[in-house]
Amino acid sequence: MDRRETGRPAHPIAIRVMHWIGVYAMGCMIFSGWEIYNASPSLPFLFPAWTGLGGWLGGALAWHLSALWLLFADGIAYLVYGFASGHFRRDLKPPRPAEVGRDFVAALRFRLKHHMGQYNAVQRVLYAGVIIAVILQVMTGLAIWKPVQLWWLAGLFGGYPIARHIHLATMFGIVAFVLVHVALVAIHPSTLKSMIVTVPAEIEENR
Amino acid sequence: MSGQRNKPAVSLAEIKPELERLSRRRFLRSALSLGGLTMLTGCDLSTHSGVDSALETMLRFDDRVQAALFSRQRLAETYPASAITRPFRFNAYYAEWQVRPTPDNWVLSVGGLVADRRSWTLQALMALPQQEQITRHICIEGWSQIGQWSGVPLGTFLRRVGADLSARYVYFKCFDGYSTSIDMASALQPQAILALDFEEKPLAPQWGAPLRLRIPTKLGFKSAKNLEAIEVTNKYPGGYWENQGYDWFAGV
Repeated sequence: MDRRETGRPAHPIAIRVMHWIGVYAMGCMIFSGWEIYNASPSLPFLFPAWTGLGGWLGGALAWHLSALWLLFADGIAYLVYGFASGHFRRDLKPPRPAEVGRDFVAALRFRLKHHMGQYNAVQRVLYAGVIIAVILQVMTGLAIWKPVQLWWLAGLFGGYPIARHIHLATMFGIVAFVLVHVALVAIHPSTLKSMIVTVPAEIEENR
Repeated sequence: MSGQRNKPAVSLAEIKPELERLSRRRFLRSALSLGGLTMLTGCDLSTHSGVDSALETMLRFDDRVQAALFSRQRLAETYPASAITRPFRFNAYYAEWQVRPTPDNWVLSVGGLVADRRSWTLQALMALPQQEQITRHICIEGWSQIGQWSGVPLGTFLRRVGADLSARYVYFKCFDGYSTSIDMASALQPQAILALDFEEKPLAPQWGAPLRLRIPTKLGFKSAKNLEAIEVTNKYPGGYWENQGYDWFAGV
């Protein structure tokens, strides 16, 4: 594997800080969201009580409506940074379908190389996907929080009950991403280090 | 409030410390869950008073955001009769078999910052202008249902009793032990009504007989049933659920 290094860090300090604030905020949102869901489940199952955050509906809502602002601020800062710094243009460039297919097959055969600070096609799709999912989650969340005052937003998602279902479905999507993401970090533990301390990015090999 | 009838067995001030303690304890049950352990890493898990007061501060912030988003001119969506949810779901802080019948000689008391503190009989309320609505009732638990109510617009009633419309709160007290309060701006929104009828029939006890608040710009727990007194005040009155930790403004 090509181990040559570039001069820039795999993850700039701003990305690392926003990543971990985002982890905390999303964690609060997901665990308190499960507690809120349990108050009136729309699917035939409950999340185990011990996974909830808040202890009861009122406490869970207090967490949900508090962490919302942290996630909101972190997300806005990340989007502004992503566009202004060229992070999105450089690292999350939409891959061609053939690239996704090739990298996806390689990933399934555990043949996909990981280069610190470089995103392969599968990563680019997943990262762009989860960013869009979180934006969708904030929008559907605001829609079901304020279906009368933000009627246009609730209307965009087909009204209060449908927006609520989309909010739940998108949560499952985000949680699925987290599971895949954490599994891949477990396979490549050095990536965890690179999201904490400054690690130089590697140069992508010619493929 | 005036008159002996309105005097509650226990005043809010008397039980406030206990309610605050309860609400704190409820927030803090989070410590015993995975979510609590994960999100509170680094906190002392035995005393989370800092976390609790931070959450309460955030809820007050949310209330200000909600008040800023609120517009008195904005109407909740209305629906055709065909959209009405049947069967309509009963909801209260107690089970349906515990519903209280309307007390004999029921009247609605009016108190606080109003010019006319005379009580209202059902007949007197029925003689006021009425308004019908088919709107969505959204519960804080997430479920919702569409119902049909009619009654006296709350703004009409407040003007009729000479309420100080610049006061901050309107407080509702119920004979089933429930209570709630709303901001004056929401009280004057045209769809806030003192409902007498549900589905074109006088309210049955489980739907809040003989008089309930129906306010489609708030979560369901604000639409208090079985009213016995209304008070206009500048002193924060809280409410049954609000005192336990539900966010006070609870707008939708």
